[in-house]
Amino acid sequence: MRANVISQINEQQQQEELIQARKRSSRRMLILETLGVLVALTFFGIPFYFVLINSFKDRAGASLLNLSFPENFQFLRNYKEVLTLNDGVVLRAFMNSTIITVLSLTTIIIICSMAAFVIARRSGLAKKLNYVILIGLMIPPSIVPTIWLLQGMGLFKTFPGIISLEAGLHFSFACLLYTAFVGTIPKELDEAALMDGCGPFNLFFRVIFPLLKPVTSTVIVLSSIQIYNDFENMLYFFPGADNATVQLTLYNFTGIYGTEYHLLFADVLLISIPPLILFIFFNKKIVDGMTAGAVKG
Amino acid sequence: MNKNINNMYPYFFLIPAILIYGTFFLVPTALSFFYSFTWWTLTDWEFIGFDNFIQFFQEPSLRIGFRNTLIFAFTTMGGKVILGLALAVFLTSKIRNKDLLRSIVFFPALLSTIAVGYTFSSMMHPTKGVINTILSFFGITGPNWLGNPDIALLSVAMTDIWKGVGIATVIFIAGLMAIPTHYYEALKIDGGNALQAFWHITLPLSRPAMNTVIILALIGGLRTFDLVWAMTGGGPGFSTDLLASIVYKQYAAGFFGLSTAGNVLLFLFVAMVAFPIFKFINRKEVDL
Repeated sequence: MRANVISQINEQQQQEELIQARKRSSRRMLILETLGVLVALTFFGIPFYFVLINSFKDRAGASLLNLSFPENFQFLRNYKEVLTLNDGVVLRAFMNSTIITVLSLTTIIIICSMAAFVIARRSGLAKKLNYVILIGLMIPPSIVPTIWLLQGMGLFKTFPGIISLEAGLHFSFACLLYTAFVGTIPKELDEAALMDGCGPFNLFFRVIFPLLKPVTSTVIVLSSIQIYNDFENMLYFFPGADNATVQLTLYNFTGIYGTEYHLLFADVLLISIPPLILFIFFNKKIVDGMTAGAVKG
Repeated sequence: MNKNINNMYPYFFLIPAILIYGTFFLVPTALSFFYSFTWWTLTDWEFIGFDNFIQFFQEPSLRIGFRNTLIFAFTTMGGKVILGLALAVFLTSKIRNKDLLRSIVFFPALLSTIAVGYTFSSMMHPTKGVINTILSFFGITGPNWLGNPDIALLSVAMTDIWKGVGIATVIFIAGLMAIPTHYYEALKIDGGNALQAFWHITLPLSRPAMNTVIILALIGGLRTFDLVWAMTGGGPGFSTDLLASIVYKQYAAGFFGLSTAGNVLLFLFVAMVAFPIFKFINRKEVDL
């Protein structure tokens, strides 16, 4: 009897302790959550706020580089000035970057999916190609020989030149993604197509390529961001005022006579709009593609 | 049958890829091994043996690139692994707003490096910059982030971590989500705490994700050019010059042979770091 009462009391105590512990842990969780949001806002929010608020200031205000609210609010004037500067070099840059991104993407999708199809399906020689492709993933491009070669072919500073180059440099990554994905498509499909008297072109373009849609959209998102944000290759292989691309327009506002911060930050925001749009619409896709590509590749 | 099916995968499907990848990547890479041994003016060349390489190892302004590149690559790799894993553990726990927080952490990865570089170099201004203003609010006198040769390289590395930690986090999140939850349940039944769960389950089983992050961060770090270019231009002095920025400087100065030699050294450097690590981690990878 006594033992029974004691065990009952013990049980009650334990239960109370459990409830207490749960309360404590839920309070700890709340503190942790708040802290997490605060830290994220400090580290990731402040830089964005800094750029945004300074792109609204006048020249003197922005050169103070602080986080205060603009005294002289000139949103429209700054952005208009950025867009009309040097006969609209920023708009031209947007055009150029769009052309380069779209055309290199198209090239990448066609050449990578075709190559990956053969590499994934054939054994022997094609498998060895994987090593050659891996090299492209690691080794940085060689600069001067590439320029020399482009000059020799008459492609230096031309759209066909930079487009082929971007396609060549992004080939490895996309090809590996495609190869991994083709491996998951059953070979029975090919056999059925063969029975039906389908040729390789029909098999690939009418049966296989439509099935590659998930990888294709991953490639579109990831490669378009990389090519759009590319600075190094544009600097080396596509120089010249007429050939301005968006990343190089930032140069216009940092000069020997001091940086025009209000215009620089307005331009930073303008050129970040396309990635932002992509991000809003393809957030999940980007993250999925990133992880799929990274963990398998 | 088997022979017939192979006809469905004709080798000529590889031709466009070989043409573009071969012409614009493989051929220049092969040529660079030859031209790195020459005095080269693009129209004319003269074979000079190892002179370019000797110059690279003898001139302090060039040699510093190796040291800086290694420091930069390993610092950013370490930062991305530690912060990425911590963020991933936090963002896979039972908190609310995790989708929003994941998006916030990932977004910088989509921005242009040059834009990020300019933004951070403005925020790192020694007297009026936002970072030091905030620090002085807490009574701390912030350093001259980019003007002090001793810490400039680390300031650039911190910016690189800020921009790249989102990718590391996303990869870690994918890795953590693949860990079966019954491992954690078993540990809980045995009376293990959160620290033990992290140490004995999360850490060993996130190895594949960690390997991916390490490889990506190291290769990215060794090749970095644009961030340094936007933030410091290699200065003050040569304190933030990386191999890739030295290659650019030699190219811009018209020393094409020397620049190409730097490029070849960069290849070898990347290969020397990447291949052994690649082999090592592939051997030790744990299957789930």
